[in-house]
Formats: sequence, C-alpha cells, structure tokens
Amino acid sequence: MHKLWASTYKEILLLTRDIGGIAILFIMPLVLIVTITLIQDSAFKTVSDAKIPILLVDNDNGEISKTVKTGLTDSNAFEIITKDDENEAKELVFSGKYQLAIIIPENLSTDLEKKINQNVEGIIAKFGLEEEGEHKLIDIPAKEVKLYFDPATQMTFKSSVKNGIDKMISKIETQSIYKAFQDQITDDPSEVIFETDNFITYTEILPKEGNKDLIPNSVQHNVPAWTLFAIFFIIVPLSINIVKEKSQGTFVRLRTNPVSYATVLGGKTAVYLIVCLIQFILMLLVGVYLFPAIGLPTLNVSGRLPLLFIVAIFAGLAAIGLGLLLGTIAKTQEQSAPFGATFVVILAAMGGVWVPVFVMPKIMQTLSNISPMNWGLNAFYDVFLRNGSLLDLIPELSLLLAFFLITTLIAIFYNEKKNAV
Amino acid sequence: MIKIEQISKKYKGSENFSVSNLDLFIDEKEIFGLLGPNGAGKTTLISILCSLIKPTSGSFSINNLTYHKNKNQLKQLIGIVPQEYALYPTLSAFENLKYFGSMYGLKGKHLDSKINSSLEHLGLLPFANKAIETFSGGMKRRVNLIASILHDPKVLFLDEPTVGVDVQSKNVIIGFLQDLNKKGTTIIYTSHHLNEAELFCTRVAIIDHGKLIIKGKPSDLIDSHEGANNLEDVFLTITGKALRDHA
Repeated sequence: MHKLWASTYKEILLLTRDIGGIAILFIMPLVLIVTITLIQDSAFKTVSDAKIPILLVDNDNGEISKTVKTGLTDSNAFEIITKDDENEAKELVFSGKYQLAIIIPENLSTDLEKKINQNVEGIIAKFGLEEEGEHKLIDIPAKEVKLYFDPATQMTFKSSVKNGIDKMISKIETQSIYKAFQDQITDDPSEVIFETDNFITYTEILPKEGNKDLIPNSVQHNVPAWTLFAIFFIIVPLSINIVKEKSQGTFVRLRTNPVSYATVLGGKTAVYLIVCLIQFILMLLVGVYLFPAIGLPTLNVSGRLPLLFIVAIFAGLAAIGLGLLLGTIAKTQEQSAPFGATFVVILAAMGGVWVPVFVMPKIMQTLSNISPMNWGLNAFYDVFLRNGSLLDLIPELSLLLAFFLITTLIAIFYNEKKNAV
Repeated sequence: MIKIEQISKKYKGSENFSVSNLDLFIDEKEIFGLLGPNGAGKTTLISILCSLIKPTSGSFSINNLTYHKNKNQLKQLIGIVPQEYALYPTLSAFENLKYFGSMYGLKGKHLDSKINSSLEHLGLLPFANKAIETFSGGMKRRVNLIASILHDPKVLFLDEPTVGVDVQSKNVIIGFLQDLNKKGTTIIYTSHHLNEAELFCTRVAIIDHGKLIIKGKPSDLIDSHEGANNLEDVFLTITGKALRDHA
C-alpha cells in the first residue's frame, strides 16, 4: 500500500510539474466541447437564428409556388431569394454561393388542376354520374420541379429538403383532388363533403421526470458525447508517460526494485482517474454555467450527479486501461501518440459520437457494440436522456469495468513476458 | 558471494554471443572491476546479474539466491547504478530519492535521514530541492548513485559510474563507494577508466568478445605482464590496439 501511495504521489508530482501539459489536458477538452456544441446546436434547434439562404425561380406564379414559398418560410430554416433566370440560379449554386435553388416550372398549378380535374371527371364518368361522351382526354405533359444543390452539400441536408418539398407538393395534390371531387359532386362550395384534415397524426411521447417531460437539446446530446471523447483522449498523455519512463531509464531502475508492475500502473491509474474526473467536472461546469451565458441551452444535471459521476469513473477506467496497454506495448512516443489519438477518433466514430449508431451500416453497427465509447455514451444517455437508474446502467458499467481489467491485465502480462528472466 | 556458471547471452538477430560461457566467482566485500573494450559484454553481464535480461544459457547466484526462486529477496539484496541517469528530470533530487527509497519499502523519518545523509556525503544537500533537470552531469551521477544505495544493498552493481564527470565528482563518487565497501557492500563495477580501476578495485577481470580473458588483483596482473607499468598496458597487451567500433 505504501508503494502504491508513493507511486501515486510521484505521478501527481510529475503531472503538476508540467503546467503546459496540465493546461492542454484541461483546457483543450473544454474548447472542444464549446466549439462542437456551438456548431451542432443549430441542428437541434427548431427555431434557428441562422437561416440558410436559398434561391427560388418561380415560373409558375400559382397556388403551388405560393404554398412552397409559404412552407419554406414557415420552416424558419430558409431565407428565400427570388431569381428570374434558372441559369443564373444554377450558376450561383454550382459555384457554391448558395446551397440550393428550387425551380418551379411554368403552369405547374394550372396544369396540375387540369390534370386532376380530368382524372376526377374520368372517375365520375365511370360511375355513370356523367355522360361518357362529354369526357374528352387532353394530353397534359408531366411537370418537374428542379432542385440544384451545391455539390458540397451534405446528403442529409439534401434528403431532408427533398422530403420537405415532396411533402408540400403531395399535400397540394391531395387537396386539389378533394376540391375537384367537391366541384363535380355539388354546386354549393359551402357544403362539406370531405373532411380534409389529417386523419392520422403523430405525437412524440417524451420520457418524464416526475410530471415534467425530458426534452433533449443539443447540450444534453453533446456534453456526454464530447466529454467521453475528452476522457478517452487521456490515453495519449498516459501512454506517453509510460513510454517516457522507458526512455529516461527510470523504468529500468523500477525493474530492479522490489515493486510489481501492477503497483506502478496502480499509481498511474489513480492519478489519471482523478484527471478524468476533473475534466468531467469542468465539462459539467461549462454545460451548467458557460453554455447559458453564450446562448446555448443549459445542461440539466439536477438529481443526476451521482449517476453521472459513476459513469465518468467507469468510462475513465476504461480509457486508462487502454492507455496503460498502449504505453506498455509502444516503444517510442512516435508510436504511442499518433496511434493513441487516431485510435480514440476511430473508437469515437464507432461508438456513435460523430454519427448515431442506428444510421451506420450493419457491419459498423455490430462493431459499435465493441467500442467502449459506445458503452460509455449509452450509459450517459441513459442518465441524461432516458432518466435511467443505477440498475439500468449496470450492463454498460460492467462492460467498461471488464474492459479496464482486461486491458490492464494484458499490459501486466505483456510486460512480465517481455521482461521475463 | 556471486557465483557465475557458464553464462552465455546471444541477442536476437545477432550472429555472435555478447557473453560466452563465462565463469566467475566474486567474493564478499570485494570491489570487483569488469573491464573491457566497447562491446566486450560488460553491460550485458551486469544486466544479467541484475536480472534485467535473461541469459541464453548458464546460471548465477548471489548469496546462494537465484532469481527464479528468490526474486524479491534478490532485488532487496542488490542495488544497481545504471549507465544512464535513471531519474525523473522534473522532480527534485529529494523527491526522486524518496520515491525510489519507497520502492524498497523504506519510509518516514528513517528514509528522510538516509537521503539527507547521503546527499550530504556526496555534497548535494544544498541542491536537494532543485529539479534534476537543472543538475550538471556529475551531480546527476551522484544522485543516480544514492538512488541505488538507500536500502543498504549487500551487492552494488555500477555500470560506468564515473563516465562523463569531472575529476572532483569522480573523487567524491569513488570515496563514497570505498566507504560503502568498508561497511560491507560488495561492489561490482564496469569502467573504461583503467587508472581508476587499478587504484579502486581489489580484483579485476578483463573480458573481450564476451569471454573472460584474465582476472586477478591489478598489481598481480601488472607484475605478470612483462613491460607493463600499469593496468592500461596490461589491457592493451591483452585486447590489442585495434578499434572496436561496431553497430
């Protein structure tokens, strides 16, 4: 125990003597979390201050173009800039000045109305409500709404815009069909034959805390994800610390001392776990106090702190285990630092920090199950977003602990085998 | 005390043995010098005896203890002063020594007074709380030495303990080692300073190409080689004047 304490104290001294290193260790994760949350916040906001300017070429000037304009304006996501020339709009978008141009073709509204009227008249005639001879088919060419996207536009943005416009046009078509039937069946426009309100609606049911809905915001999503990312970055300084011991000769001295490698690693584990927890506390303080001051939603931690700390401890242990293993295997800092940094990014990507796991390809979804960051992220989400209890966290906490134990044991056995005499 | 039997070591990828079928007995309270040109196998032999590397074949025992059976007892029995400064550069001399002393189970006032007296003996007490990175080479060598003797080892291995230090530091180090020896510590050391070895060692062994060439008291070795006035003459007669550069 005395040797473990001495090792821990030595690690504290080494860490506190490197002021620059400490600053990087604590400040960079904070910069990261503030930057990422500011960037991603708009994606979670239903009302965004920053509207995306898009171009609209309205060759229709009818009911449909009016509905599209209204729909886009009401979404509060876009600022509509009207252009007269399709080629000009196309040039502006393809040169990257605008993300999107919507080209509404000529006579879209009138031709849609004609087409629907013709179809409805045909149906009515088939039912024998009209004389067959009166129904003449006119050839109405199909219409096309053109969308020009900046080639650099992300697929998710493209598909959400396409879906939105498709939905608006479908709604107009449906309403026009109802209107056409109404006109055919009755001469009285005030007579209600069809209820045009949506029969099927949907409601999002949110988890509750007491009587209060738990509404997730960008901060509730980002803080756990990026906190975990920062915690796992501990493997870089930790592995460097171990490699340094080898290169400066102190590790050789320790090998001649009557002290086990497990004790040496135990001291490092204790200190770096404290570092992880300080990082975590700083992240929470930023979420609770700094975010509201810079216009971001507040991180709600009320009633969750004990569980959050439990998750942070276990996630920190998993990260430390990985750092101990990497530092034990790596021979130089040139091996450990780039590998550690890249590996954390890979684990983060696999774990769902960048892109949610459910949108990943099948194979990556399977692989995400073996990323400790995925276990940690799920545990944090259980606490922050799913109102989970300690019991709900046990599977993830067990995996994180097992990961720490396995990586540390591998490090110890590897060291024993490598230095066996 | 130290019994080495048919020790050999061949590193992976190397064609030659660094140490080859070496037999040696070092008695208690000796100051034994392992001498030889660069690449002769001195550091390899010391590393084997300190259990830092595994011999390819052969065996050794210290006080009838073997590493396989008495690992922790052996570690407590020996001290090693490595060739490189095995110290934490950002920690002070006192902090370094306190840590390495703790690894031998030493603690409290006993450890503190042991550190302070050693620092004083080696002229470092005024610098006890200065970071190692601010020390000169000679000062680092002295702290490196103290870190290995805090637990009063019965056997002290030193790999080039006076390399790169000024004459003053060298004298202090040698004087300190002689005092330790008088108190009962067996000292085994490697050096390129043959004059130093001649004056300091009770016995020396000259090894070359991993093999033991000759061993004995420095004066006996000088006397037995015609025309030799000192140990350096003996050394050059035995090992030749060819350079020993190798990579």
